[in-house]
Amino acid sequence: MAKAAAKTATTGTLRRPALAGREVLAGGARLSVLPPAERMSLRAPAASVAALSRALGLDLPVKPKTSASSGARTALWLGPDEWLVIDQTGDPLADCAKVKALHSAVGISHRNVAISASGPGAEATLAAGCPQDLSLQTFPVGACSRTILGKVEIVILRTAEDAFRVECWRSFSDYVLDFLTEAAGDAAG
Amino acid sequence: MLLIRCPYCEEERPELEFRHAGEAHVARSGDIAAISDEDFEKFFFIRSNPKGVVFERWRHVHGCARFFNAARNTVTDRFLVTYKAGEPKPEISAEDAGPAAWANREPAELNETSSSRLKEQVTE
Ligand SMILES: [Zn+2]
Repeated sequence: MAKAAAKTATTGTLRRPALAGREVLAGGARLSVLPPAERMSLRAPAASVAALSRALGLDLPVKPKTSASSGARTALWLGPDEWLVIDQTGDPLADCAKVKALHSAVGISHRNVAISASGPGAEATLAAGCPQDLSLQTFPVGACSRTILGKVEIVILRTAEDAFRVECWRSFSDYVLDFLTEAAGDAAG
Repeated sequence: MLLIRCPYCEEERPELEFRHAGEAHVARSGDIAAISDEDFEKFFFIRSNPKGVVFERWRHVHGCARFFNAARNTVTDRFLVTYKAGEPKPEISAEDAGPAAWANREPAELNETSSSRLKEQVTE
């Protein structure tokens, strides 16, 4: 992302990510719009997983609903041959470019906006619009899933017992933040 | 909310994450240009649409995004079994089918069964 910012600076246009820096303290949860990150949509057959894991410096998770992290990089299992890789500092696309094994890696950094929901009411806040069972028993720390919130698709990652990262498409981010704000207010009651 | 087991996610997930995708096991001809108009019509438009147990394609569109197959009872809306795309059509016993076992029968056949049952009761 630092790279992308530098690139836009030379052309004189300033990139303003959606909802940049917004923070809401409502009821039992704190909602923060997270800083931009590098994101990659990765599709690959089972035979390529080992080579891609080596290149990315982490073991791509192969179990449903699980994630793997190494430093500032996290790989989320989305489907049997699909991962979302999020990186705060490095560039996962560049790392995959060297891999000869069959795969498709697409940069989607600016497609998504991430919102963190944390605090004692975080789980109830998400549960207000997400039909999945988000209890610690079935959705432990490190669990992740593509699912829905209200009427939009999101990807959630449980980062701590009382904290989630919510990834949504940029154009839906207003809706998602408003929805979570309302829900957090209810979660307090 | 209806829970549907996704064979790829290996757990039951809420119905809101899924989308129906038509009848399953409709095989496309290996040489589609060679088949007759009638056969193409059958393949493309004609569906069995029975009352009772149906085999359907479903897609876990807001989850793993994979297509899979399901046997569902249209009378009770119960999913009998779900299985991965490409796997063979499972056998569904009349017992598992429940009320659906009585669907798609000629009225005479149903009457016959119920009247013979009545007779049994009378003789008891
Ligand atoms: Zn699934």
